[in-house]
Amino acid sequence: MENLPLVLILSSIVKILIIVHLLLVGVMLMIWAERRVSGWMQDRLGPNRVGPQGLLQPVADGLKFMFKEDIIPDHVDKPLYVLAPAMLLVPALIVVAVVPFGSSITLFGHEIPLQIADINIGILYILAITSLGVYGVVLGAWASNNKYSLLGGLRSSAQMISYELTLGLGIIGILMLTSSLSLRTIAIEQGSYPWQWNFLIHFPAFLAFTTAMFAETNRLPFDLAEAEQELVAGYHTEYSSMKFAMFFMAEYMNMIVGSAVTVTLFLGGWHFFGLENVGGPVWSGLISFGIFFVKTAIFLFGFIWVRWTLPRFRYDQLMNFGWKFLLPVALTSVVVTGILWITTNSRLVVGIGNAISAFIVVSIVAGLLVMTTPKPAIQESDSQFAPTALDAVE
Amino acid sequence: MALEYYLVLSALLFTIGVIGVLVRRNAIIIFMCIELMLNAANLAFVAISRNLGETTGQVFVFFVMAVAAAEVAIGLAIIVSVFKHRQTINVDEINALKG
Amino acid sequence: MNAEQILFILFGAVSLIGAVSVISFRHPIYSALSLVVTFFAQAGLFVLLGAHFVAAVQVIVYAGAIMVLFLFVIMLLNLGTLSAKGPIGPKLKGFAVILGILLAIEGIYIAVNSASDTAVAAAESATGTTTTYDIGKLLFSEYLLPFEVTSLILLAALIGVIVLVKRESQEEN
Repeated sequence: MENLPLVLILSSIVKILIIVHLLLVGVMLMIWAERRVSGWMQDRLGPNRVGPQGLLQPVADGLKFMFKEDIIPDHVDKPLYVLAPAMLLVPALIVVAVVPFGSSITLFGHEIPLQIADINIGILYILAITSLGVYGVVLGAWASNNKYSLLGGLRSSAQMISYELTLGLGIIGILMLTSSLSLRTIAIEQGSYPWQWNFLIHFPAFLAFTTAMFAETNRLPFDLAEAEQELVAGYHTEYSSMKFAMFFMAEYMNMIVGSAVTVTLFLGGWHFFGLENVGGPVWSGLISFGIFFVKTAIFLFGFIWVRWTLPRFRYDQLMNFGWKFLLPVALTSVVVTGILWITTNSRLVVGIGNAISAFIVVSIVAGLLVMTTPKPAIQESDSQFAPTALDAVE
Repeated sequence: MALEYYLVLSALLFTIGVIGVLVRRNAIIIFMCIELMLNAANLAFVAISRNLGETTGQVFVFFVMAVAAAEVAIGLAIIVSVFKHRQTINVDEINALKG
Repeated sequence: MNAEQILFILFGAVSLIGAVSVISFRHPIYSALSLVVTFFAQAGLFVLLGAHFVAAVQVIVYAGAIMVLFLFVIMLLNLGTLSAKGPIGPKLKGFAVILGILLAIEGIYIAVNSASDTAVAAAESATGTTTTYDIGKLLFSEYLLPFEVTSLILLAALIGVIVLVKRESQEEN
C-alpha cells in the first residue's frame, strides 16, 4: 500500500465518488426517461411540469418519498423488514466496481484506467454479486408477513435461480475466445468495429444473456414477482416511504448496471469506429467514456421499449421459456463455440456455427413442445358450443 | 499470516457445526450445520494449499462444493417430502422407517 | 499488525459469530441468514489466502444458490411456527457442548501440530495468488476423472430430486 503513488489513490477515490453519484443521478434520469418515453409511446405527454421538460420530476418524487411517514406495520418481522431494502440496494451498487467505463486517462505521468477495480475474476465477481440480489426480494417478502408478498418472493427466488444459469452460460463462449475473466481485457479484445464485437460472434448467447438479464432485473415481461393484477405490489406491498424508494432505486440501478455489463461483454465496450483513439491522452479517455455512456443509454431505451411491447408471461410460460428454450440455446452455444474454436480457430466460423445451431435447437424444442402438449380443448368446446348456441337460437 | 491461525479457525468452525448437529432438532438447521462443517474443511484445504504452494487443494474445494450442492438438493427434497407426510421436520419425531 | 492480520481477525470473528448464531437462533430463517454471513466471511478469508476463484465460487454456489434454496424451502413449508417447540433438554445440551469443547481442543491440537510439520514451505510461498487458469488446467488434466464423476453425481442428484418430488405429486392426484 505504501508505495502506491498518491495520484492513483486519489484517482481511485474520485472514480468511486463519480461512479456512485453517476449511478444515483442515472437512476433519477432513468425514472424520468421511463415516464417520458412511456408517454411518448402511448401518445401522451408524461410528466412535463416540474423543471424543463419535467426533468426535476424525480427530485420532486424523491422529496415526497422522504417526507412520507415511514410506516412499519405491526405484523412484520422488524429486523429483516428494515434490512431487506438495503440488501437489495447494496449489491446493485457494488457490482459496478468492476465495469470498465472507458479506456484510460494519463494524468501527471500516471495512466489511470477508467475502472474502479480491474480484478482478474471480474465476470465471476459480477455473477456472484448479482446472485445476492435475490436476498433482498426474498427477505422483504418473508418479513412482510403477507401472503401476496410471500407469493411474490417465492416466484422471484425461483425465477432468479432459473435464469442465473442462462446468465452464466451465456458468458462462457466469450470466455473461451478471450481466455480471460477480466472485463477490461474482454472489452479491449473486441476491437473498434461493430463486426468485431462479441454480439455477432455469440449471437444466440447474446440473446439468451440479455433475456436472462431482463429476468434478473425483474422487469416486464418478467415482473411476476410484483404483478400488480395478481399480487398487489408483490414483495414490496408492505413498504412505504424511503424503504419503498430503495426497492425502486435498486431496480433501476440493476437495469443500468446490467446494461453497462452487456455493453462491455457484447457490444464492444467503449469502442466505436476508432473514435475512442481520437485526441490526446486525456481527451481520448473522456471520449471513450462518452461512447460507453451513449451505448448504455441506448440499451436502457431498449428496456423501456420492451416494457411496452411485450405483455407479462404466465408463471408456467416463464419456467418453460427459461428451462426449455434459453438454457438449451445457451448450452449449445457453449458446446458449438468450444468445438468450432478448437477445430477452425476462426471467429467467422464460430459465429455462423452458433447461429445455425441455435436455430436448430429452437426448432427441435418447439417441435417437441408442439408434439407433446395435448391438443388444446378450445376446438372441442368450440364444436360443442356452436351447436348449442345454434340450438338456443332455434 | 501463519497456517496455524487458519487451521484453528477451521477447527472451531467445524466444532460449532458438530455442536449444532447435536443440539438442534430441526432437520433444516442440522443440514445447515453440515454445510458449515464442509466449509470448515474447505477453509483448511485452501489454507494448506497456499502453504504448500500448490493448487490441488483449491481443486478439491471445487469438488467439495459440487458435491455439497448435489447433497443440498437431495436433502431438501427429502425434507420437503417428509414434511408432506408427517407435517414435521423435528428429527426426534421422524423415528420410524415406515411412513 | 499489518493489513492481512487485521482482515483475518475481522473475517474470522465474523465467521465465528455467524456460525454460533446459526445454532443459537430459534427461527430457521435467521439461522440461514447467519450462515450466509459466515459463508461471506469465508469468501473474504479465501481472498486473503489468494484463492480468488474459490472465493467467487463460494459466493456464487453457497450464498447465491444453496442458501437461496434453503430459504425457499423454509418459506415454502412456513416452518416458523413449528420450529419453536422441541429443543432438547438442558442436560443433553450441556453434554453436547462438553463433547464439542473436547472436539475443539482435539482439533486445535492437531491443527497446531500438523501446521508446524508443514511450516517449512510457508516462508517462500506465502504470497502467491492462484489464477483461474491454473485451477482450470489442473482440473482438466490431472483431475479429469474426478471432475467427470462430479458431473455424474450432479446428474444423479438432479434425477433423484425429480423422482422424489414427482412421485409425491402423482400420489396426491
